[in-house]
Amino acid sequence: MNQAVHPFLPVLVLFLAALVVGAAILVVSGKVLPAFLKPNHPRPGKLTPYECGVPPLQEGARHRYGIQFYLIAMLFILFDVEAAFLLPWAVQYKRSLWTFWPMLSFFATLLVGYIYVWGRGALEWER
Amino acid sequence: MAENLLDDCVMTTRLDAVLNWGRRNSLWPLPFGTACCAIEFMSMMASRYDFSRFGAEALRFSPRQSDLLLVLGTVTHKQAPVLRQIYAQMAEPKWVISVGACASSGGIYRTYATLQGIDRVIPVDVYVPGCPPRPETIILGAMKLQEKITKESFRDRKEHLEAFYRSWDEQQARQAQGRTEFQAVRDMVVEAGETGQQRIW
Repeated sequence: MNQAVHPFLPVLVLFLAALVVGAAILVVSGKVLPAFLKPNHPRPGKLTPYECGVPPLQEGARHRYGIQFYLIAMLFILFDVEAAFLLPWAVQYKRSLWTFWPMLSFFATLLVGYIYVWGRGALEWER
Repeated sequence: MAENLLDDCVMTTRLDAVLNWGRRNSLWPLPFGTACCAIEFMSMMASRYDFSRFGAEALRFSPRQSDLLLVLGTVTHKQAPVLRQIYAQMAEPKWVISVGACASSGGIYRTYATLQGIDRVIPVDVYVPGCPPRPETIILGAMKLQEKITKESFRDRKEHLEAFYRSWDEQQARQAQGRTEFQAVRDMVVEAGETGQQRIW
């Protein structure tokens, strides 16, 4: 049995045909036919961002945003994690008193960071 | 003819019949709920009355993704431009069901603040009576709308939309002269009332 072509070539051809037919269906039904059949009245008022029916007050979701929000949010997450450690530690503290010193060193580390942040003025809203 | 020649292997139909069949059975409602009719609407969407049987279960809260506006409740003059903006932003072709007495005619609110029927500012296809209507009544309204879509011609729907967008352009022109959207729509409604036209689109 000597074949001139690879045995899987028909599969490739079929695959390519399916691809072309699929793409043609998508283009015809999504772009070509609607151009004739779909009523469309594009206008500035129609194409403005949807803000519950009132004219948008800012340039959509892409307007400029104060950098202080990011800074405060980042610092908040840092000290939020600290609080998250604090709670389980406080619950089991009476049973294992030795955890006092590791926790104190952890707080001391964060305290250094806090003083640094304070000193750099990151907690002041307006400079 | 083609059926006979090709031995019943094919089916012929009209283009608008096929498209209207698709449009009728895949409505995407946008609820504009302002009063108690919206509570009945929730009941209609829930499992007991199950509006999804009619192919309209996909509620969308953005006008970009919906083509059936359900106005559920009282609409004031202050809210009329909001309703017009939402209707203008909806995907086309679009339909409107006015649910309840307030949306259809102002209902018991015969006051200077209330719009006496939303058909003064946007085109309405089906009016559902009741204060508030039962979920069955709203479903009947939706079925009437489906019947209407089955029979409607493309040209009618197109003219319908063009009439609205002409009034939309006039509103924009008035706003360009310094009126707010509330003042522009209110002026247009009052002028339409004086000429006896009653509706501004």
